Amino acid sequence: MNAGLSETSQGGERLGVSSRLATDVGKVKHFGNQRSLDNYKDLVIVLLQKELKVRYKNKLLGYLWSLANPLASALVFYIAFQVFLRVSEPNYALFLIAGLFPWQWLSNSVNSAPNLFVGSGSIIKKVNFPRNIVPLCAVLNHMIHFIITIPVILLFMVIYRQSPSLSWIYGFPILLTIQFVMAYGIALGLSSINLFFRDLERLTGVIMNFLFYFTPIIYDVDRFPERYRDLLIVINPATPLMYNWRKLILHGQLEPLYVLLSILYAILFFAIGFSIYKKLSCKFAELL
Amino acid sequence: MREPVISFQNVSKSYPLYGHIQGIKNFLFDVSRSLAAIKKERFEALRDISFEVYRGEKFGIIGRNGAGKSTTLGMIAGVLKPDRGNIIIRGRISPLLSLGAGFHPELTGRENVILNGVLMGLTRREIMQKMEEIVEFSELGEFIERPTRVYSSGMMARLGFSVIAHLDPEILLIDEVLGVGDIRFQQKCLNKMKSFQESDVTMVLVTHSVASVVNICSRAMWIENHVVKMIGDPIEVVEHYCEASNVPFNLNTVNKASL
Repeated sequence: MNAGLSETSQGGERLGVSSRLATDVGKVKHFGNQRSLDNYKDLVIVLLQKELKVRYKNKLLGYLWSLANPLASALVFYIAFQVFLRVSEPNYALFLIAGLFPWQWLSNSVNSAPNLFVGSGSIIKKVNFPRNIVPLCAVLNHMIHFIITIPVILLFMVIYRQSPSLSWIYGFPILLTIQFVMAYGIALGLSSINLFFRDLERLTGVIMNFLFYFTPIIYDVDRFPERYRDLLIVINPATPLMYNWRKLILHGQLEPLYVLLSILYAILFFAIGFSIYKKLSCKFAELL
Repeated sequence: MREPVISFQNVSKSYPLYGHIQGIKNFLFDVSRSLAAIKKERFEALRDISFEVYRGEKFGIIGRNGAGKSTTLGMIAGVLKPDRGNIIIRGRISPLLSLGAGFHPELTGRENVILNGVLMGLTRREIMQKMEEIVEFSELGEFIERPTRVYSSGMMARLGFSVIAHLDPEILLIDEVLGVGDIRFQQKCLNKMKSFQESDVTMVLVTHSVASVVNICSRAMWIENHVVKMIGDPIEVVEHYCEASNVPFNLNTVNKASL
């Protein structure tokens, strides 16, 4: 026992100088732990594959299930507003789908975000891997689901005798990128904060519900009262983006001002989300 | 003297007791009190500990529940940051994931091997090269193609150990998870771990099993009340640890083949 004790105290003395120089903050140096770019790439691929495999174990049935949810809500709104309330919107079913499908991607990403880090707690406590990959894969996963529902949008266009526009070639990548950055930023922030405040999930659900009805998705933007229209568009981060999705899908056009506005919102959300993540990520393992 | 791969210098770690933050609602209604509580109410897990682990060593950490063993392991793994002191690590860390962590229940054993490997920093190509070795060592047979939710805890441990043992580990971290395998597999793990000595693999083992420390470790550390009580020869450390815990210790009764 004495031998052991003396060894540690000697160690303490020998290192005394350096520890006095060291500030109050603990320091960690880790050599030989750099992950290669290939590993990052493979991490994203494997985690994404995991999500997709779990969801699409039975390929066709899995696909149908991922369509069921947006289609069912489209049907509900169609019955409520077209059949019962008789809104005057032409091609209302197509109109609904062009708004609901992109919205589902955003809302699914945001709603699932609070539970991301909590859900992978056991692995975060053990392995030091870049944790921001978890929300990245979740948002990518929802984006892939949106992309594979595009054939359904096309089907409805055929039904309503409309044709896709050439501008989709540049319009889709632009809007996909903007929405991806925005959703990733929000997911990073929410998933990090939720480790400290576990009731964030409920709050998120409430806010997303509000946001859904205050965003022109089931109605057109000119249904907003004229006096407040500009204000309602500018203060709701989802509005410019959703407006452009529908305009692109139905008319093959983008509104440049709204594109700019949604880019600004996307950058803002990403900056906030990423700085929250940066600040909190070293405490993740303590909280799980 | 060989080069230390893990070096702790006067490391302290305490956790805030986040228990008082029940959620946003409570926090917002009482911001000042909540912030004060975060600063004040801290639980001290480790106080001023220093030790070094050298390349190729098998280093055992023992101590009572809540003494700070797993915190030490967490800091080696890099998931926890020290409040004070310096930590230097040289080499890639491979933590043996405790039962089920890092294994997705819906994925097959084989898919989980890949998932585990990339999380630890390898590429898919590197993992695929070792895949057959891993499958063979795990002795899971056709279960390797089944989802891990149907695995028994012993099978899960076998797969977990097979993964880290074959993915060119540099520093292995093991936190008390090997006891669930059957005795034959325990023997196999033991042999594998012994073979690590020649290949310069460093191993840090947190355990409550005196037999593990005696059979595997080349050096041991006893943590008591958040400080290092003793470092040295495993048998000596274990003897003192047992004495302090009022448990009779007899080297002859320790099973040479068990973990």
